[in-house]
Amino acid sequence: MSEPIVIGARQLEKRFGTIEAVRGIDLEVRRGEIFGFLGPNGAGKSTTINILCTLLQPTAGTASVAGFDVARQPNEVRRRLGLVFQDPSLDIQLTARENLEFHAFLYRVPKAERAKRIADVLEMVQLTDRAESMVMTYSGGMKRRLEIARGMLHTPEVLFLDEPTIGLDTQTRRHIWGYLNELPKRGVTIFMTTHYMEEAEFCDRIAVIDHGKIQAIGTPEELKGMVGGDVVTITTANDQAAAPLIGAIAGSQPKTDDGMLRVEVADGAAFVPKLVRELPVEVTSIAFRRPSLDDVFLKLTGRAIRAEEGSEKDLTRMMGRAWGRR
Amino acid sequence: MTDTLRAIYIIWYRDILRFRRDRARLVASLAQPLLYLVIFGTGLSSALRGASAGIGGAQAAGAPGGLTYTQFIFPGIIGMSVLFSAIFGAMSIVWDREFGFLKEVLVAPIDRSAVAIGKALGGATQAMIQGLVLLILAPLIGIDLSIGMILTLIPLTFVLAFALSSLGVAIASRMKSMQGFQMVMTFLMMPMFFLSGALFPLQGLPAWMDVLTRLDPAAYGMDPLRRVVLSTSLPTEIVDRMGIQLFGSVLPVPAEAAILLGFGALMLMVAIRNFRVVA
Repeated sequence: MSEPIVIGARQLEKRFGTIEAVRGIDLEVRRGEIFGFLGPNGAGKSTTINILCTLLQPTAGTASVAGFDVARQPNEVRRRLGLVFQDPSLDIQLTARENLEFHAFLYRVPKAERAKRIADVLEMVQLTDRAESMVMTYSGGMKRRLEIARGMLHTPEVLFLDEPTIGLDTQTRRHIWGYLNELPKRGVTIFMTTHYMEEAEFCDRIAVIDHGKIQAIGTPEELKGMVGGDVVTITTANDQAAAPLIGAIAGSQPKTDDGMLRVEVADGAAFVPKLVRELPVEVTSIAFRRPSLDDVFLKLTGRAIRAEEGSEKDLTRMMGRAWGRR
Repeated sequence: MTDTLRAIYIIWYRDILRFRRDRARLVASLAQPLLYLVIFGTGLSSALRGASAGIGGAQAAGAPGGLTYTQFIFPGIIGMSVLFSAIFGAMSIVWDREFGFLKEVLVAPIDRSAVAIGKALGGATQAMIQGLVLLILAPLIGIDLSIGMILTLIPLTFVLAFALSSLGVAIASRMKSMQGFQMVMTFLMMPMFFLSGALFPLQGLPAWMDVLTRLDPAAYGMDPLRRVVLSTSLPTEIVDRMGIQLFGSVLPVPAEAAILLGFGALMLMVAIRNFRVVA
């Protein structure tokens, strides 16, 4: 790729007191890329994105966005980036158009262009016919679409999205990805955090982050290649007894994951009949599949992202919403 | 600089837009002063008239015959309306923080001072309007207002509104949730209101209370309002002595306005500093 580098970080560190949230992150994102940041809660995702968005000062290291240093030229950076937060940041007592007008004014969109740009972004997210409605009448998906539209209003070079489809249903999620996939064609770079694996699949490149460090970086295919071969999951009448025997047959020790034994083999199709034939313990179920990003994540961090993630966080968010509305 | 002015303008404009739409709030904000004037004012007027000692006491305190208690507290109730709506209006920042909108403003390529100033002016404008609206009740209460008096009241009300709204922004700049609002209400707004001289003249008070009234910024705003509103009902010397006295002499109105502006500016600086450090 010969596109210029739009986001760059070198040895980025952030400490909060004694807690090291980010411990030396290096990355480069080129123009037009969709770059995903994948990691569990507290991995340093949000801290990194907040530094890149100039909302936090790094403790050490440097970062630049669109050619400007995030610590020393925050306003130059802010002018060139669009932000879609995890939690809505709209004024629900204003109409969609008024929210966009407020934003256009703050970001110095020239008066002559304002109306046209607002019409454009509303069209892009298909909210034109709801432009004059109060945002409080919007559904969660519509609000997120409006925020994406707002983030694009001042024609930023980079769009930062923090969990852009969290809490949305599958159909809405697909809709939003429809819009996002169009943006690189306009020369916009997308930097997003997510913990949805399906969402990470849309990215051109992914960085897996854990404990404040990047554990691996590459295209989804490259990352899956790290797992090597197929993933076989087995349940038996006696997993404890079966584990070492399976290890002997497979050539690598199985791990217990979610009540199942899980082992990586080069060729799943050949391994399954061999296992059933040779294993003295009764097999109750067996399946194999191509490695997913879940498997990559498990391999890199030693734990699954789907189980621990989401549930707790979504719950707090839901409670927050319920309280906020009263 | 012009960027900051633009940002101040749009932040102010958003508040005004929302204020104009919120009819319910306007109605509710008229109701409280009316309760004070109609029920509290009438009740206390009757009580003071009934007990002869009460009348004497009232006169000694400076509320002479010829002026009902309702008339006396009228400027104070205008001040109360300004006080509550200024602080409450400015503290809408805390709502903005809870509903996430504040983030949209804080990540914008603008100087953070615009957030504090825009909000302070927005709150002040709303409070000024809510205070001045009460002037329509003047004829019902039996107070004569001239055009000149109303024109004088506009800047005086604004100065009070600005000082208190800046105070509200300064508090809100450090508040993470609306849970602290009850504390602000109980330990700041109510004492400020009671000590401001809105309900009784600040004369002949015990020393401890005298000190507190002088520390109350609202007192420096209530007094000019009363001097103007009651100027046709009472002799000037009497009205002048009802308010704050510093170093044994009555403060001129411009000095009181200057104190309010200085206080407001100080609070704004605190708020700006706080906004510059938050993420």
